[in-house]
Amino acid sequence: MKKALLCSAITASFFAGTALAERGSDGQLNIIYWQAASILNPYLSGGTKDIEASSMVIEPLAHYDEKGTMVPNLVDEIPTVENGGVSEDLKSITWKLSEGLKWSDGSPVTAADVAFTADYCLHPEGGCQQASNFTDVESVEAIDDSTVKVNFSVAKPFPYGPFVGAQAPVIQKAQFENCMGAKAPECTDANFGPIGTGPFVVTEFKANDVVALEANPNFRDPAKPAFASVVFKGGGDAASAARSVLETGEFDYAWNLQVEPEILSKMAAAGKGTVVSSFGTSVERLMVNMTNPDPALGDKRATIEGGPHPFLTDPAVRTALSKAIDREILVEVGYGEAGQPTCNVLPAPAIYASTANDACLGQDIDAAKKLLDDAGWVPGSDGVREKDGVRLSILYQTSTNSVRQATQALVKQWWAEIGVETELRNIDASVFFGGDQSSPDTFQKFFADIEMYTNNFDGTDPENYMANWACKEIPSPQNQWLGDNMPRYCNAAYDALVAEMSTTAKLEDRAELAKKMNDMLMQEGAMIPLIHRGGVSAHANTLEGVRMNEWDSELWNVADWKRAK
Amino acid sequence: MLNYTIRRLLFAIPTLLVISFIIFAILDLAPSDPTGNLPLTIPPEVREKIRLSLGLGEPFPIRYLKWLQQFFINEPLNLIEQWFGVSIGDSENRLRVQSWATRSPVVDLIVERMPQTLWVVGMSYVVGILIAIPIGVISAYKQYSVFDQVGTFISMVGFSVPTFFTGLVMIVIFSSTLGWLPSIYDTTHKVTDLASFWFQVKQMIMPVMVLALFNASQLSRFMRASMLDNLSQDYVRTARAKGLKERAVLLIHVLRNSLIPVVTVIALGIPQIFGGAIITEQIFRVNGLGQLLIIGIQGADIPLVQTLTFIFAVLIVLFNLVADIVYGILDPRIRYE
Repeated sequence: MKKALLCSAITASFFAGTALAERGSDGQLNIIYWQAASILNPYLSGGTKDIEASSMVIEPLAHYDEKGTMVPNLVDEIPTVENGGVSEDLKSITWKLSEGLKWSDGSPVTAADVAFTADYCLHPEGGCQQASNFTDVESVEAIDDSTVKVNFSVAKPFPYGPFVGAQAPVIQKAQFENCMGAKAPECTDANFGPIGTGPFVVTEFKANDVVALEANPNFRDPAKPAFASVVFKGGGDAASAARSVLETGEFDYAWNLQVEPEILSKMAAAGKGTVVSSFGTSVERLMVNMTNPDPALGDKRATIEGGPHPFLTDPAVRTALSKAIDREILVEVGYGEAGQPTCNVLPAPAIYASTANDACLGQDIDAAKKLLDDAGWVPGSDGVREKDGVRLSILYQTSTNSVRQATQALVKQWWAEIGVETELRNIDASVFFGGDQSSPDTFQKFFADIEMYTNNFDGTDPENYMANWACKEIPSPQNQWLGDNMPRYCNAAYDALVAEMSTTAKLEDRAELAKKMNDMLMQEGAMIPLIHRGGVSAHANTLEGVRMNEWDSELWNVADWKRAK
Repeated sequence: MLNYTIRRLLFAIPTLLVISFIIFAILDLAPSDPTGNLPLTIPPEVREKIRLSLGLGEPFPIRYLKWLQQFFINEPLNLIEQWFGVSIGDSENRLRVQSWATRSPVVDLIVERMPQTLWVVGMSYVVGILIAIPIGVISAYKQYSVFDQVGTFISMVGFSVPTFFTGLVMIVIFSSTLGWLPSIYDTTHKVTDLASFWFQVKQMIMPVMVLALFNASQLSRFMRASMLDNLSQDYVRTARAKGLKERAVLLIHVLRNSLIPVVTVIALGIPQIFGGAIITEQIFRVNGLGQLLIIGIQGADIPLVQTLTFIFAVLIVLFNLVADIVYGILDPRIRYE
């Protein structure tokens, strides 16, 4: 009897399940991003909010799933060297579009659209914000209606920059044909309502406020999306966005909830929603200035010509600074579910993550003190250590943000315990990260001893990211301070590894190289990694199918989202 | 009076030109970068190209002159074209003031948001006036009574507690705890029938009341002070002596005379309505002009901020003039020659 009941229950739920699998059966989905979407063309806006809003409408050929694995989207399989999709010399990749793909206006998707997308972004006057996804692309040609070949000017061991991930979606040639180059910003209608292949189409767009969308009638899977319409609301602040999902239940999904962990867990206790997190490659780290930022040096300040740093070039000091930090407490205070302590600047994907540096995880004030004692740094009359007239006094800068300031305060206290004096400084993010040549406060100029921020890389391949710390990437007046090697780290052995990686194709070998580079940076103390940061979002308990993703748009699988019954 | 108005309007032109230059220069000198908020994964060379495509490669005077041309010639021409459906000259290629973040014309963004601001902030102003005048009149007439004391207390609280606090308190009470009112303003909502009208009222209550409380506190103090001034005047005694009812003395003689300075204060406050209530709009996510300004500032969308602040400047200059003229009309003793 029990068995029969169970059976019928299963059958019932099965039928209920199939009956529900119908496009537009689940009503409206309300999404809140506390930064409002300004434009729906990711090629004209690098802002995450804009990229994610547009990812419901326009799609790349392949996505990254929540584990960072590539999954085919508009194609049937991912081209590789094994299946012949990537040429033996690694200089071209050939994508084959799936059969019967249609734009939301009913016209067929062809290889010409894909080729056009590349031309659109590569146009020299367009100011394309995703140009880095198309690095080294020589040409993109449509071989026939469904085959497109990307040619690179150099051998590309990882040829998945163009058309993979939400940053590089395919746009429709017919719509954007007259919007090339300098004309791109003038096509407001197209930029506000791109025609796409995604599960939803734009019905109304209010810039910097709200996007209204409805199910795409020509979406390739006739049973999806489950929601008939989407409202993508923006604006306000993270805390009230969290409240609208977790406490009042007005919204179904809230993005990027950078809220004090304590407040967030209190809100989640209301029982209306769930907090979800996911980890990509973001690491909050301390950059250690290897050059001398002394203002007395004038133009040579913080450059190689200005000479080495008076004390941060001493490995004992760098190790002691790292050992004095309790990363667990930093996570607890500032990050909660959105952070994990880390000792690597390259913490993910799993195959690239090194375990060689894990010793930094535990705080050890005594060991730090001993290191400094042994290196000859002895406490002066005011408790600050000094050697040969050089005091361990650090200017520690970061961007203005409550979590960062809390971290700064804690670190300052720990460093005081080991006899290091710290002066804190915070700079508005748009100035700190802005590239204003005339401002002395940018993170590239690094007119401080230590600076803290988060960086990460798009996609899953760390080649370009690890190349950031090559000698030629050091920012200086000669290259207009453009360059990503903030610590001014320069090591011929490291540069050799960078060069080797750019010609290595096999994944295992690449992973080995990346790990080696990470370990070199960590052990030489060019950076002090603190927190592996993840994204935190929240969804209503009535929303099913969310697979929080840091490698692609968080809304990458919005077609599969449905209402719990 | 007409002469005076024309003279003032002509004088406003150089004033506004100077203001526009100052606004442009300050924003240009401010150390912010439109690519500063982009993810760090975008490399510096790409950032440089983005800056060039935004027109930042040109020197300051040229950018200022271009903006002047776009704002004072191209935009009005475009408005005329839209209103009358004609096309003047080469309208296809005429450059309008473009926002950097949305890459769309700034004026279109402003036009799209104007109604929300006028409805919510304007409504709060009207509600504020409707609350403030009776309170001011009664408080003055019954000076030092319990009503006056309570009214003074409430208006002090309303004036000194910032709107971002009252707004949050109201959200916590009415949205989170009681669940009566929505905490987020639905800007796509359209009023079509009674039910949707009721929803519109519900979502407007909190932002309107938060602002109305703030406005009412200020105005009721003005009203009370002005009433007190007038109540002790000789003409009031005369009115009472000739046997007028107390009601007529108060509402016809005293109130009308006391309103003169209050009307001026109200007129001077109108530009603030257009400016939107930056913080309140942000809290309730009303897509008004104040929120647009904040988003523009955060995203270093310089053309948007320039244009908006300049429009506010124009309104302030204009309503100063209006206040002066209204004063002249209401009070026959004042004449501008």
